[in-house]
Amino acid sequence: MAIEAVDHSHWSPLLGRLWWDAIPPDPIVWATFAGVMLGGIALVAALTYFKVWGYLWKEWFTSVDHKKIGIMYMVLGLVMFIRGFADAIMMRLQQALAFGGSEGYLNAHHFDQVFTAHGVIMIFFAAMPFVTGFMNYVVPLQIGARDVSFPFLNNFSFWMTTSGAVLIMASLFIGEFGQTGWLAYPPLSGIAYSPYVGVDYWIWSLQIAGVGTLLSGVNLICTIVKMRAPGMNMMKMPIFTWTALCTNILIVAAFPVLTAVLTMLSMDRYLGFNFFTNDLGGSAMMYVNLIWIWGHPEVYILILPIFGVFSEITATFCGKRLFGYTSMVYATMVITILSYIVWLHHFFTMGSGASVNSFFGITTMVISIPTGAKLFNWLFTMYRGRIRFELPMMWTVAFMVTFTIGGMTGVLLAVPPADFVLHNSLFLIAHFHNVIIGGVVFGVFAGINFWWPKAFGFKLHEGLGKISFWCWVVGFYLAFMPLYVLGLMGVTRRMRVFDDPSLHIWFIIAAIGAAVIAAGIGAFVLQVAFSIWKRKELACDGDPWGGRTLEWSTTSPPPHYNFAFTPVVHDIDAWEDMKRCDVAAPKSGFLDIHMPRNTGTGIILGGIATVFGFAMIWQIWWLAAITFVGMVGYSIAHTFNYNRDYYIPADEVAETEAAAHGQPLPAGA
Amino acid sequence: MPRRPVAPPRAPVTRIAAALALTGALSACNTVVLKPAGDVAQQQGDLVVISTLLMLLIIVPVIALTLFFAFKYRASNKEANYQPDWDHSTQLELVIWAAPLLIIICLGALTWVSTHLLDPYRTIGRIDPETPISAQVEPLEVDVVALDWKWLFIYPEQGVATVNELVVPTNRPLHFRITASSVMNSFYVPAMAGQIYAMPGMETRLNAVMNRTGDDFVGFSANYSGAGFSGMRFPVRSVDDAGFASWVADVKDGGEKAAGTLDAPTYLDLEKPSENVPAMHFANVDAKLYGRIVDMCVEPGKMCMSEMMAIDARGGLGKAGIHNVEMLTYDKHGREAALDATRNPDAALTRELAWVRALCEQEAGAVIDNTVEAPEDKNSLTGFGLSAPQSLSLAGQNDSQSTLARPSKTSRN
Amino acid sequence: MTATTRDTMTNSTATAASPEARTAAFYELEPHHHPEGASTMLGFWIYLMSDCLIFAMLFAAYGVLGGNFAAGPGPKDLFELPLIAVNTAMLLFSSITYGFAMLVMEKGKVRATQGWLLVTAVFGASFLAIELYEFSHLIHEGAGPWRSGFLTAFFSLVGTHGLHVTFGLIWLFTLVVQLSKKGLTPANQRRLQCLSLFWHFLDVIWIGVFTFVYLMGML
Repeated sequence: MAIEAVDHSHWSPLLGRLWWDAIPPDPIVWATFAGVMLGGIALVAALTYFKVWGYLWKEWFTSVDHKKIGIMYMVLGLVMFIRGFADAIMMRLQQALAFGGSEGYLNAHHFDQVFTAHGVIMIFFAAMPFVTGFMNYVVPLQIGARDVSFPFLNNFSFWMTTSGAVLIMASLFIGEFGQTGWLAYPPLSGIAYSPYVGVDYWIWSLQIAGVGTLLSGVNLICTIVKMRAPGMNMMKMPIFTWTALCTNILIVAAFPVLTAVLTMLSMDRYLGFNFFTNDLGGSAMMYVNLIWIWGHPEVYILILPIFGVFSEITATFCGKRLFGYTSMVYATMVITILSYIVWLHHFFTMGSGASVNSFFGITTMVISIPTGAKLFNWLFTMYRGRIRFELPMMWTVAFMVTFTIGGMTGVLLAVPPADFVLHNSLFLIAHFHNVIIGGVVFGVFAGINFWWPKAFGFKLHEGLGKISFWCWVVGFYLAFMPLYVLGLMGVTRRMRVFDDPSLHIWFIIAAIGAAVIAAGIGAFVLQVAFSIWKRKELACDGDPWGGRTLEWSTTSPPPHYNFAFTPVVHDIDAWEDMKRCDVAAPKSGFLDIHMPRNTGTGIILGGIATVFGFAMIWQIWWLAAITFVGMVGYSIAHTFNYNRDYYIPADEVAETEAAAHGQPLPAGA
Repeated sequence: MPRRPVAPPRAPVTRIAAALALTGALSACNTVVLKPAGDVAQQQGDLVVISTLLMLLIIVPVIALTLFFAFKYRASNKEANYQPDWDHSTQLELVIWAAPLLIIICLGALTWVSTHLLDPYRTIGRIDPETPISAQVEPLEVDVVALDWKWLFIYPEQGVATVNELVVPTNRPLHFRITASSVMNSFYVPAMAGQIYAMPGMETRLNAVMNRTGDDFVGFSANYSGAGFSGMRFPVRSVDDAGFASWVADVKDGGEKAAGTLDAPTYLDLEKPSENVPAMHFANVDAKLYGRIVDMCVEPGKMCMSEMMAIDARGGLGKAGIHNVEMLTYDKHGREAALDATRNPDAALTRELAWVRALCEQEAGAVIDNTVEAPEDKNSLTGFGLSAPQSLSLAGQNDSQSTLARPSKTSRN
Repeated sequence: MTATTRDTMTNSTATAASPEARTAAFYELEPHHHPEGASTMLGFWIYLMSDCLIFAMLFAAYGVLGGNFAAGPGPKDLFELPLIAVNTAMLLFSSITYGFAMLVMEKGKVRATQGWLLVTAVFGASFLAIELYEFSHLIHEGAGPWRSGFLTAFFSLVGTHGLHVTFGLIWLFTLVVQLSKKGLTPANQRRLQCLSLFWHFLDVIWIGVFTFVYLMGML
């Protein structure tokens, strides 16, 4: 067979490696590019026509309001989720077609990029923005704060994440993305075996987005530790805030590892270092260890906040206090700690000894104990409750069943000899989709349906939501149960063509499942669009679900300053406690409220970072140097701006509050 | 009472379990992981089933309770007991922590024992559940090299080699030594035994046996390795001793798959990237070739890894050795390296510095043997009396991996 | 459990109290002072710990690769301990002088603070100069980071530290300018404290580098 050898060695001082050969020779990409361009132009034209650029810039892009940043994270997550899902559909289609001598419709170069991009996008640019968005939006409201500790940093973090996402999208049309799998193991990802820009796109998009993630982690820890409402000691924090705290501790303690590993790999690639090379004393096994020391906690970074989401939803819709709050908190902390001593279970097959393998296998199983305790806690919250099956609760029950199955197969894979036969197989793929879709994705939809009314003042349409729900649940089982079977039939992951006809039927079922999921996503988009259209009919007050925590004590959507008066907390379910005691919100005596000012620094720095990343990827050294100096210089200039806050006058607060509650202004205000 | 002459091959409980756990749809297809042809894979497959059953003890009640509670405590059922403030019960909390803990204790014990017994580095203790290994039996050694993108199998005992075709005698212990030429792969024959990574410059081991003859088994790479990954598949045949002998004779005689002698130049040519390669037979093999592949010094003029490591163990070559870069560079030229070397063999030879070689007494390509012996008592499931395979401490985890997987030949200084 | 996590006092009494009293019990009606920048030190400390992890990774890499000389030179062939001792002294002195800067800052002396900061900068710059000399010397000899796993890990660890010192210096100069513009405002004091943490942190890291890389490599 001929090996396609494309010479990409062209380099010029002005454009670096950027040349005509950067245009992917692939009609599928051209068509996508044309579609994206048309859509993009239409969007820009519409925004210009309706003159909303100024509004977007002033009210959103430069906003330091945690609520708006949270919503922007959710939008970013949704856009990238759809991109990642398009990759998934392409893979399912290829694997359903490439039988009986057919090569399918994707060549290796394209297919290998698709599965790499799917993994990277779904983890870093869909799931991460979703959970960060929830934490950003909900945590300050739940703890009775007016914003996060470092509001500007929050805006900057968001734009750095977006910058990474922009780079990864650029790789679709300019050059190529990595063909290495989502964790880019060397030596394959080294310069010797991946000489073109694919791995560099991977490195720089993660590196830049990682800065944002890390800073947002620091920010949220400080917020939770320092800014809780009076009376809310640690053991009275809402459980979602608890999981957010543990998640951000994980972020701060795990992402530096990723930063370090990516730096090492880029040193190998750019400067000929020998961290992970085969020769001159490098060690590729070190990379595998280091990347998973970050990679395993990352899994818990995604799932822990979602556990928090489900805890809030279960208590709310069962109309009941959460069962076993204390054990829930300890379970979360135990998971946080244990997640650091299990990383080796991702490569039992690398030849560590039996003692090492069984140690990491057993620590992995031990994690299932606190996780199991959590499941039981939700179960006994339902016990003797009054369960209202609104959309969030439906997602929760689906999660409990699905996640339990995924957890079981996970523990199975933690048994090293069992892993020897299932490692890297489609069984593994089925397992982690079972926990990530059954856990994170179901949780994201539960959370969106739950907090949407809070963010926008109207509920999401229930009928369309139910269609989306059923499509997702049925589609998930159709798409992934066949993969379990295929794994037991000895089918490995990342295969592009197949020769055994007995496998075909399972891939077809999986492809049908993916199509049903696509319908679920479509129904969700429709649900959002339809609900916005019918927002008058769907309008709700501050507490549409009978909520229990502080975010429901303010209006929907909450005012810019969240709370006119800081609430005082006496119980875990602070708002439930206020309702029970029949407490009326104060209607007069408003005070000036101290708030941070919006700033364009975040988006400008994010923009420069994108160009810097692009210049590094294409080795346009002059541009990289200029943008780097620009970033440092602009940051320094920003520190000379001491005028960062302002006061909302009491009168304005009174007006806002009165308008929100539909009451006349109290005399003398 | 006389024992029944033929005991069932597996404990009946496992059989029933397998039947129960897997639905009709499953049994219709070839779930090779659960029904393999080799004893090692069979034990691993059984472990999948046993662990699943153990976990179902708790998974089934949880799912059933979830659905039951969801139904019983629905808001429209006003009959159901409603206690909005009931949020704690010490007994229940005890149960919900203890029940998973107990299961994990059982599973953990099972894990510890089975991981040691089924360590791929450990020689197998039995041919199948009834047949212990006799002391005289020598395992068949097969040296496996993952190339871009095909598999090379060297049979040192027979002095033959094949590409993309693995033939093994049934019921004879097999001992694989595994390495790779450029990037990471994973050597996996589901019908025979679990996989293990194949890594460049390092060697991993796998001990296994095939219990059934058959010619429809497959092996492949289970770790993505680049563009030609999908085609890295090879047929595996398990034949009786006579069949194996005649197959070896066939390979020696040549035939339509004959590809001559496998020596260094042939290997360097073979190493070049190629996809979907048909089977090849080599009638003769350079006996030192495999060792040199592991040592990354097949190409003339390259210093062997083992030499380099021996020098490093003595503190390096000092400033005198600073400029010895060419002879150590293998990976940095990537997949083009092999091309260049064969195009220009003389240039490579001149790179060699004779005095460096004179420093190293070791013979290149000899690899430390870190095989673990099978336990004396094959039925021991308690873990008692098992020798610790690699005497690993947790602290030296990176060390342990390098000693395990690397062709290290530390000198005695 | 219920009794411990719930403030029973308010629950039983609040319902009986007047609506105004209930509101007062559940809302903070009086203005309360949120000290500006209250989280900054905590946040910066957390950031430093995450930075510490990057160094931990580099130390780990040095631990793994530190013996892989690739038939080339090892520490004993390359390092000049006296030079490194001078280098270490420079950094330690800079930490002391930064301490002096903080002491005069407490007394509110802007000029003296700036003076000590500049002395710190001189020591820091000398440290960097010596390090750059060492690096260029090694590279000139052919012992660059591409030569072996050991040198890769060495250059990365020491170089990352040097990069931190460089950014510390840029930050330090920025603060000197900000002090002359705004004086010792609370915001500037906070920034000086953060840089102080950062500077001493780099000192601690260097002590680790000096011990593990240089001393243990040479002895």
